[in-house]
Amino acid sequence: MLFETIYQIIQSLFIFGSSLCLAAYPAVSILLSKLPKVPVILIFAHLFLLAPISSFCLPTLVVFDQAPAAAVSKPAAAASKTTVGPAVKGLDQLKISNANSAGNSDSNASRPQSQQGLSSTPGTGTATPTDSGTPLVKTKRRIDVAAEYAKHQRDRDTINLVVVGHVDAGKSTLMGHLLYALGQVNERTMRKFERDAEKIGKGSFAYAWVLDETEEERSRGVTMDVATSSFATKNRKFTLLDSPGHRDFVPNMISGASRADVAVLVVDASTGEFESGFDGNGQTREHAILIRSLGVRQLVVAVNKLDCVDWSQGRYADILDRLLAFLTGCGYLREDVRFVPVSGLKGTNLVRRIDDNGDSAAPDELRSWYVDETDATQGKPRAGPCLVDLLDTFTMPERPVSKAFRLAVTDFFRGGTFGSSNSVSVSGRIAQGHVQVGERVVVVPGGATGVVRSIDVDYVSEEWAVAGDSVVLMIQEVDMQQFSIGSVVCAGPPAKPIAAVQRFEAQLVVFDPQVPITNGFPALMHIQSLNVPVVVHKIIETLDQRTGEVVKRRPRHIRKGATARVEIRSETPVCLEVFKESKELGRVMLRKNGETIAAGIVTQLFSK
Amino acid sequence: MKLLNQAIEKDQSGYVRLVPEEPEDMWHIYNLIQKGDQLQASTIRGVKSESSTGSVTTDRIRVKLTISIEDVFFDVQAGALRINGRNIAENRHVGIGQYHTLDLEMNQPFTLSKREWDLISLQRIKDASDITKQADVAAVTMHEGLAVICLLTQYMTVVRQRIEVAIPRKRKGSTSNYEKGLERFYDQVCRAIKQHIDFNVVKVVILGSPGFVRDQFFDYMMAQAIKTEDKILMENKAKFLRVHTSSGHKGALEEVMRDPQIKARLADTKSTQEVKAMDDFYQMLNNNPDRAFYGYEDVRKAADNGAIGTLMVTDELFRAADIQTRRKYINLVEDSKATNANVLVFSSLHVSGEQLQQLTGVAAILNFPLVIDSDAEYSSSDDDDARKAPGEDEDIDIV
Repeated sequence: MLFETIYQIIQSLFIFGSSLCLAAYPAVSILLSKLPKVPVILIFAHLFLLAPISSFCLPTLVVFDQAPAAAVSKPAAAASKTTVGPAVKGLDQLKISNANSAGNSDSNASRPQSQQGLSSTPGTGTATPTDSGTPLVKTKRRIDVAAEYAKHQRDRDTINLVVVGHVDAGKSTLMGHLLYALGQVNERTMRKFERDAEKIGKGSFAYAWVLDETEEERSRGVTMDVATSSFATKNRKFTLLDSPGHRDFVPNMISGASRADVAVLVVDASTGEFESGFDGNGQTREHAILIRSLGVRQLVVAVNKLDCVDWSQGRYADILDRLLAFLTGCGYLREDVRFVPVSGLKGTNLVRRIDDNGDSAAPDELRSWYVDETDATQGKPRAGPCLVDLLDTFTMPERPVSKAFRLAVTDFFRGGTFGSSNSVSVSGRIAQGHVQVGERVVVVPGGATGVVRSIDVDYVSEEWAVAGDSVVLMIQEVDMQQFSIGSVVCAGPPAKPIAAVQRFEAQLVVFDPQVPITNGFPALMHIQSLNVPVVVHKIIETLDQRTGEVVKRRPRHIRKGATARVEIRSETPVCLEVFKESKELGRVMLRKNGETIAAGIVTQLFSK
Repeated sequence: MKLLNQAIEKDQSGYVRLVPEEPEDMWHIYNLIQKGDQLQASTIRGVKSESSTGSVTTDRIRVKLTISIEDVFFDVQAGALRINGRNIAENRHVGIGQYHTLDLEMNQPFTLSKREWDLISLQRIKDASDITKQADVAAVTMHEGLAVICLLTQYMTVVRQRIEVAIPRKRKGSTSNYEKGLERFYDQVCRAIKQHIDFNVVKVVILGSPGFVRDQFFDYMMAQAIKTEDKILMENKAKFLRVHTSSGHKGALEEVMRDPQIKARLADTKSTQEVKAMDDFYQMLNNNPDRAFYGYEDVRKAADNGAIGTLMVTDELFRAADIQTRRKYINLVEDSKATNANVLVFSSLHVSGEQLQQLTGVAAILNFPLVIDSDAEYSSSDDDDARKAPGEDEDIDIV
């Protein structure tokens, strides 16, 4: 302790002295040149001035070596490190992990293990750290992410929310207005949107412009790709995924929904609109089924545009009944589905209850019947909950932080914050596990390994990230060609990466396809953000949905509504996990000719 | 293809003399020839001659060879047919029994002798030498980041180029990556179209996509054409037909064929007919599964009962090396024809042909329902991997 500080002082003096000499060097050398040219004097003078620089290097190396050991005995040594920080950084590249691993194996007794899930002790002869974590490339202290997460869970936990619904239900407007009301969009920007939207004749789309940012989307008034944003309510933090409603963009909607934990289903209450969305060809049904197949259990249904039907309670109740019947039929539990009447355009019932003072837009028609029976103050029941109130009550899903790290790549592009030469930025949601800066990762398929240089969680730079976070990782040492949509970034060795297969077995629930699924049926398979042409090569057996018993072996085709086990073959390798191992990475969806025909889970993987 | 001469005996053996005129004829010939047939054509042989001084020189000499066919290779992209076999005729330069690989040349006559000419092969010769030419069609199926450019002829769908680009998605606050990436993608597709599509031959260029991609792309392409003063594109603007499909994969071509404006323009092309037949089959399978059969055993039973109304087979089945297999399918076709069934031979190069091939290659729509033993399992010849019984599945709870 004292020894350390003395060392630091001597160290700083050396640096100070040598920097002085360095600064004085040019002046002194000019001076010397004015003197009679006596070579010996000149040489000595130059040496004398340059000597301190060499001595400056030595102490830093010594301190460097001792740093990990210091870190073990006193975690606050990080603070003292920063005094040498600026000088030391340039030499970081020289000293690679050996020092760190030595430090790690020493420290096993004193620090809790960081879990890595699937990896077993490698058993190789070399000095592999027995805490089974990937050695960090940068000589940094390895963060115990699991412990950090446990400490900061309340601050860091975010729920991924996807907004779905039929085209023109008002999803983008609703969410845009919500973000504006929560203060995420400033006044000036909002005014600008209103002006510009009015100019091209799309005045009512002003709020949607918060989320629809491309030229095409704004001029057409249609969301085409998922927009991400974030906001916080009283008790929760959310990552918002606004998905397109148009039937041609369902693949993009699936990409968004696969990253979601909970959902808001928006329906248009206007006469005729709800019906067209809810019938066979509309997206209300398809979206609800899709998100259920992707594992979403909690749902808030926002009955939008009620102002167009004068906030009629009858209409609201009618929609509620029909939707509830459908949703419970899909498999949603009654208590997990909540309804709320809103107007996205007017902003009614979004962030404030309608009886709150200061909400001038609150319509009397709604006030009269939308009450919360359970909450009565002063003899009069309060108004029912607003949208934000309901969002606040979503239960946090379980995050599989202790499993091996897996990130399904949704998007990737060149460059990032630390120089763009050979680094690629990869965005997606961490399906399981955790990652920290400096960790070595593997890209599957391909097997290229790289290093994580920076992590951005919801556009905020962080040291670590866990399952459920939407992140942008900057990975170095991997060429951009190695990535594709559908790649999965996994923890580096010794953890086992995800398998990339061309043949696998899945258990599917068949919806209502136009043509029945036969052996050798070509379709498009959607996994996360990827869609590939596949063939349902063999129908192994049809099963009874409830009991799991075999109904028929090797049937000729699968009828609608049936459950079957099939063998699927794909043209290109796809990264999959068996559903039992990983819920996030073991789900598949089959579509054909613009309709979803089946959804299921992976039951077995074949290597060839 | 020009048919110069044909001589077929009563015992079905005989020869034909043909001249291939276009790449599609190569495809026909590929379907005609089998291992064991004899082919006589003019070809180039490298002949080694040893001079008196001992030095060996190789001359390339044009000779007329008759070979017994052993192996065939067809390159769809290049339209080249290479046939390997042993020489069986007396020849000055090439001994009997020596192997030779023939590269069948365009516009050069050749003679093909078979021991047995079946009606499928004869039908094919007739189709190939039919002079009524159907329009060639080019099709581009695309969605953001993927474009497949194909050329469709009567019998072939050839993928000319496949472009796959990763386009960064829109991110909060920055859409420039996305828009730049999209432009680069459109640029690549433009270039590919100019490179692979011969506007003199092609009558229609179909642009198929979901969403607005085709409109965006068409506008971009025309704007580029005006900017660079590309006369070819500007003149052929009217040939571009925009069609809605559900994806940009090659399989979407099937949807293109169902679009009404395309159907009107290409009504009697083989591809539209094949797509319609597949559609009818699937409809039947949906509504009345006892009238739609696929797989050899089931269709054979239907044929035995004289029940077949429409029989669909792929030409892949007749290219089987094993003569027993071919015989079996030829018999099936002949028996169906005898009961006045409509027999359609699908080209395996078309998307619908690929679909039918996935379905085992043979399917039939019956005139009346036929109940096949319902407990009978669908037998297939591929091996089942050793599979353990489905164990306790975790709470699946999907719908």
